[in-house]
Amino acid sequence: MPTFWLVALLLALSAAGYNGGRRRAIATAAGNVKDLHSLPSYYGYHVALAAFVPSIAALAVWLLAQPVFIETRVSGMIPAEAIPESSSIGLVMSDVRRVAEGLDLAVEQGLLTPREARNASAGAQDLRALMGEVGVALGSKVRPEALSAAQAYRNLSQNGRDAMTAVVALLAIGGFVFAYMRIHKDFRARNVVERAVLALLILAASLAILTTVGIVLSMLFETKNFFGLHSWTDFFFGSTWAPNFRGGSELSILPLLWGTLYISFIALLVAVPVGLFAAIYLSEYASGAVRAFAKPLLEILAGIPTIVYGLFALLTVGPALADLFGKGGLLGVEWMAGATSVLTAGLVMGIMLIPFVSSLSDDIINAVPQAMRDGSLGLGATKSETVRQVVMPAALPGIVGAVLLAASRAIGETMIVVMGAGAIAKFSANPLDSMTTITTRIVSQLTGDTDFASPETLVAFALGLTLFVLTLGLNVLALYIVRTYREQYE
Amino acid sequence: MNDMTLMDKTVDTQNIKIAARDVNVHYGDSHAIKDVNVEIEDKTVTAFIGPSGCGKSTFLRCLNRMNDTIGICRVKGDILLDGEDIYDRRVDPVQLRAKVGMVFQKPNPFPKSIYDNVAYGPRIHGLARNKAELDEIVEKSLRRAAIWDEVKDRLDAPGTGLSGGQQQRLCIARAVATEPEVLLMDEPCSALDPIATAQVEELIDELRSRYSVVIVTHSMQQAARVSQKTAFFHLGNLVEFGPTGQIFTNPEDSRTESYITGRIG
Ligand SMILES: Nc1ncnc2c1ncn2[C@@H]1O[C@H](COP(=O)(O)OP(=O)(O)OP(=O)(O)O)[C@@H](O)[C@H]1O
Ligand SMILES: [Mg+2]
Repeated sequence: MPTFWLVALLLALSAAGYNGGRRRAIATAAGNVKDLHSLPSYYGYHVALAAFVPSIAALAVWLLAQPVFIETRVSGMIPAEAIPESSSIGLVMSDVRRVAEGLDLAVEQGLLTPREARNASAGAQDLRALMGEVGVALGSKVRPEALSAAQAYRNLSQNGRDAMTAVVALLAIGGFVFAYMRIHKDFRARNVVERAVLALLILAASLAILTTVGIVLSMLFETKNFFGLHSWTDFFFGSTWAPNFRGGSELSILPLLWGTLYISFIALLVAVPVGLFAAIYLSEYASGAVRAFAKPLLEILAGIPTIVYGLFALLTVGPALADLFGKGGLLGVEWMAGATSVLTAGLVMGIMLIPFVSSLSDDIINAVPQAMRDGSLGLGATKSETVRQVVMPAALPGIVGAVLLAASRAIGETMIVVMGAGAIAKFSANPLDSMTTITTRIVSQLTGDTDFASPETLVAFALGLTLFVLTLGLNVLALYIVRTYREQYE
Repeated sequence: MNDMTLMDKTVDTQNIKIAARDVNVHYGDSHAIKDVNVEIEDKTVTAFIGPSGCGKSTFLRCLNRMNDTIGICRVKGDILLDGEDIYDRRVDPVQLRAKVGMVFQKPNPFPKSIYDNVAYGPRIHGLARNKAELDEIVEKSLRRAAIWDEVKDRLDAPGTGLSGGQQQRLCIARAVATEPEVLLMDEPCSALDPIATAQVEELIDELRSRYSVVIVTHSMQQAARVSQKTAFFHLGNLVEFGPTGQIFTNPEDSRTESYITGRIG
């Protein structure tokens, strides 16, 4: 049975379970709903859940596991001689899958009877032409080994699917019956549903965490491979970034880290004062009308995709800076070679971060109790004295947290630096030099023809992991600071 | 004859520190204070009494323009401090609040050390020329607020870490440290034990020799003990205003009488 219909059947069964459960509950209480432990609908949900949840879980697991299982079984059937010189088991297997799929389609369209498909032999028919007819293009004639493997593949999947339908249906019906029989007027269906809700919430929460763990583990794994191929001392303590796909690369993170931190620093230099002052204005001085207008506007700024900021860096800010500091520029100095520079990327990234800093700070400043301001104003302090001496110190931990969050965004930012900062990895204190960052190097190491066995590619994972650790550290620190100092006003 | 009346008038206006004429306050659409006329004398303690929600705090906040910080609050009428309209455009509310200090209904110490809390006003207004003078002001203010003995060993501890009653006394110390001419106190003793209450009342009595004090209180005994004048508010109206003795022994309005004897509240 196709999966779609199977799911539809499960849903229908649950719906029936809901109705049946309700009815039975009311019946056990002899029609007196007040005698029931829970509301009738809870009994209904109880039966529906028992019919649906275990069976759908089994279905999901089966769907994930079956292809893996069949793949290993079938690839074991292919003899080593059947793999051509220039090919690999992976390529042969993909041929097998395509042939199996072609046979399925041919049966579906009536070109072959199921029997013919099962017994077809490579010599008897022109299978390649037949496959072409149903829209499966094959590179060469179907080899006998591939054909028999494909037939085995079809057999296994067919049997697997039948077994799956049986198991899922049994589970669903079993759950239905079990739950239905349990219904009694004192049965605590409400508590069962409560636990089911809890389980659902836990599942959602753990999915997010598990994904993170998965990402970290896969990065760790590749990073380990990288350190097997390249010395870690060069990675952490070397001084040059010079990847060379013919071997002998120098892959040190330090110049990249320098570029990353330098650009982030400039970005924060722009974003923190401007964002903070904007937040102070909005929360302390602006009238309701201005606030209602300016706050959404700032938030729109936060919604602009970073690639657009990148374009702004590339087309506007970079050339403008070059006009000022470049050769033949307005200042008559020749400090800037091209349009890309640390300053270009830093300025634009700073602009990107302004709404981020200001909206976080605005929330934090608003959380300072009005009584605090009243106390200060009541002593004859001016507004700015109040802001400086009472509101800011009170909001400071939160603001530090906001700045750290902004810093971690700056460090992880990619598009603006790709377009604004250039691609030269070097140590330089001149903000008008081109430099590059960790994120852009990850992109450039992984784009194009890549071979996931060379250190030049694998270094991307080591870079990514370092970046992850760095930003994670900043976020944890930010949260810690915000939490520790928050209680003060409660 | 003419000279005499003129003389009388000047004496009169000198005695009156704050005069409110036809004051009306609205919070948006709700009318919180209705046509209140009151004259608060210098070197006198004036008590505002009345049931909860009748507008005592609101009216008190008008006297140092703290209502300016509430967006929806509109104040109409004249309030004269030493004969000058405090709602005049030329008057700087910041300056005004330095002269008319306030202790709020809920204690609101700053998240700073106890010392910095008290030193806040004097620092802003430059009342001390050096650290020694500032220390002196801080100590004197804390003593006057009857909290010195409890905090003298931990002046560096945060003011927010004190108990509710201690915080309230800290706020009183903070307010007297700026040496205001008028001190507005909104239920300053609501969180205090009887001993601290007695000490604060003593402070109020002492302040009377130099300043004018306005105190909001829910305690009839306290009003009777500390004040010379009493104003009774009810539903936004000033029902009765007069010498405390007369209000408590021989009120003119029946509402005043029922409130004092505990029948409305
Ligand atoms: N910020 C505000 N916004 C809107 N309405 C307010 C505000 N403050 C007070 N009010 C209203 O004004 C009226 C008077 O309030 P006020 O705080 O002056 O009462 P009160 O006499 O001080 O009462 P209490 O003895 O409980 O402190 C009340 O009806 C209250 O709801
Ligand atoms: Mg009040």
